[in-house]
Amino acid sequence: MSNFLLLPIIIPFFFAMLLLFGQKNIAYQRITTLLGLVISIICAIGLVSNVYMDGPQTVTLGNWPAPFGITMMGDMVASVLMLTTLVISLFIVWYGFGSIGKEREQFFYYPGIMFIITGVNGAFTTGDIFNLFVFFEVLLMASYLLIVLGGEKAQLRESIKYILVNVISSALFVVAVAYLYSVVGTLSMADISLKIAEINQPGIITVIAVLFLLVFGMKAAIFPLYFWLPSAYSAPPIPVLALFGALLTKVGVYAITRTYTLFFTHDLSYTHELLLILAVVTIIAGCIGALAHFDVKQIIIYNIIIAVGVILFGVAQMNEVALQGAFVYLIHDMIIKAALFMLIGIVIYVTGTSNLRKMGGLIQTYPTLGWFFLIAGFGLVGVPPLSGFVGKLLIIQGGFIAGNTWSTLVVLASSIIVLLSVMRIFIYAFWGEQGQLSTDVQKRKYNRMFIPTMLLVILSIFYGIGAEWLNPFMSDAAKILMDPSIYTDAVMKGGE
Amino acid sequence: MKTNDVIMQFTAKLVFFIIFFFAVHLFFAGHYTPGGGFVGGLVTASAIVLLIIAFDLKTVQTILPINYINMVAIGLILALGTAAFSMFTGKPFFTHYYDYFNLPILGKTSLHTAALFDLGVYLVVVGVTMTIIQTIGEDE
Amino acid sequence: MEIVMAFVCGFLFMAAVYLILSRSLLRIIIGTGLLSHGAHLLILTMGSFKGTVPPVLSDGVTDFADPLPQALILTAIVISFGVTAFFLVLAYRAYSELKTDDMSLMRGSEENE
Repeated sequence: MSNFLLLPIIIPFFFAMLLLFGQKNIAYQRITTLLGLVISIICAIGLVSNVYMDGPQTVTLGNWPAPFGITMMGDMVASVLMLTTLVISLFIVWYGFGSIGKEREQFFYYPGIMFIITGVNGAFTTGDIFNLFVFFEVLLMASYLLIVLGGEKAQLRESIKYILVNVISSALFVVAVAYLYSVVGTLSMADISLKIAEINQPGIITVIAVLFLLVFGMKAAIFPLYFWLPSAYSAPPIPVLALFGALLTKVGVYAITRTYTLFFTHDLSYTHELLLILAVVTIIAGCIGALAHFDVKQIIIYNIIIAVGVILFGVAQMNEVALQGAFVYLIHDMIIKAALFMLIGIVIYVTGTSNLRKMGGLIQTYPTLGWFFLIAGFGLVGVPPLSGFVGKLLIIQGGFIAGNTWSTLVVLASSIIVLLSVMRIFIYAFWGEQGQLSTDVQKRKYNRMFIPTMLLVILSIFYGIGAEWLNPFMSDAAKILMDPSIYTDAVMKGGE
Repeated sequence: MKTNDVIMQFTAKLVFFIIFFFAVHLFFAGHYTPGGGFVGGLVTASAIVLLIIAFDLKTVQTILPINYINMVAIGLILALGTAAFSMFTGKPFFTHYYDYFNLPILGKTSLHTAALFDLGVYLVVVGVTMTIIQTIGEDE
Repeated sequence: MEIVMAFVCGFLFMAAVYLILSRSLLRIIIGTGLLSHGAHLLILTMGSFKGTVPPVLSDGVTDFADPLPQALILTAIVISFGVTAFFLVLAYRAYSELKTDDMSLMRGSEENE
């Protein structure tokens, strides 16, 4: 029993409430948000070190015994993801000071961010399948608010579709939980894992597994269900886009990872084969999209889809090497996607357009921006020693160990396409003839956007270089994903 | 267009209180029988909506000058505070406390911290519902 | 009783899909409402449906319903209430801003505007 693991969820929630007061006072809003994030980050660091020292932490709400109450479960996977979420949010909020605009800051922008963090962190931590649904709804409600904030025509139009897709997927989530409950008669994730192992996963559980894949796949944007993502994500302003791109799809990926490593592990030849095929097709579809577009936002948005495919490919291998790779790559992708969205936000700000064809020659006027973009791009691709390398290496290695040679080669080849897509931005925007430049670039605003971006890129470099130092944390996380009994033991015995 | 709705306005004034007290009843009934903060909040909101229909938004805002956003925030803080209280006593989050008291008029009553949590829910539901109705109703 | 409930759930889903596929935004919102009703009814049915039996265990009661699905439905109803209310506000804003509630006129992205 340890209430400490709830603090990274409760503190953002509490600060979100405080932010509901004093909407018009921007200084109050900014300082309160930063304060809340910094306190949460300190708690999250404490949690990671606690988990590292003493193993998974659990708390069962309301002092009920373990399989009946709602268990919150802080293992290495959850605590590292929470820490990453909070750190990224801090940089995005900082970046937003320069670019989000007064109207949005005065209208629930900061409470929205804090509520979204509450939902994301809660979804990472919860050990109860219905509670996962509740936290999904918390983060979705906040995301509905953020996506429509500002009320531009494109935003209103796209947010309707975004909400509709998510309402349908939520209804399917409820249906999937109902089916699962009728078969196993419990909602605690640890208990579900034990019960499914007991009955040895009959056909109906496999059907439910596919239903869960459908539900979470809609949020994570896997192959046939990613159709809503490119247009919906292009509507909101850059800080919100960075937040969504870094966090929201990753929650779906996490949910697939959790359910497919904890529950549905007894019929690998069907469920994980399906996941493998979908992951590979997702990568291919994302590659096509990333090459087809000439809009910088769209190129990076399609790169989200590619990354989702790569992570799920690692999960589908179901061996410890690939799972560690998937986890390392997940953290890497959260950091680097936020950094890339922030970078292209600056590019759009200084050029006044998001169309690549109109840009050019920025390296003369903004050399630092150019080189940082190049570093982030290489990081995304996974050029050693930058951050994407270790994760991708482990995923590929795991793919060969599992004997999926051809699909692993597809993942390898996708790196080249990713490289091509970011190099295209670099070549078009930074090289060549001087293209369009925005006339009203204020140096102060530019710096306010550039400094957090620069720091986040540097953080991603350290994430790549420090891979050796981070290895104990990552392999700890992979062990929990690989061996459900660590999870179930922690929950069932933690309540005593 | 100005319509003569004296009967409507007169009835609304009376019925508002009936609905409101029914909401209070539902709120307290929710402890052991059907009812609770959510239903009570919705019924209260519907009472306020009745007033808005009978009069208009501006009049009702002068009668009940409540900032509904702050109401939501206070409700959330109350609910979270009740849930988090047990953290300071070393029990898991959300642990509730209850005991039986002999109150003057009511006799032996059980007082439960869940009621405070429910009060938070009540405030949130009234606040959210009224915010939404005001947002739609504001621009004619 | 389960058979009847299965048909009712199926009918609700059918009606919801029909409404969601229509063009008018208001019909779509009603469709999402029906969809969540169908899902809620499904939870109730899945948690061993027992008609009029109360979900309370006390002395002398031998036949009682599973309370958990009812708690889940309550939570899900609250959530779908919130989402539907938000969706309605958004639809109203979109209607007053875009001057249409026809979804077929709302397609497209920045480029082909």
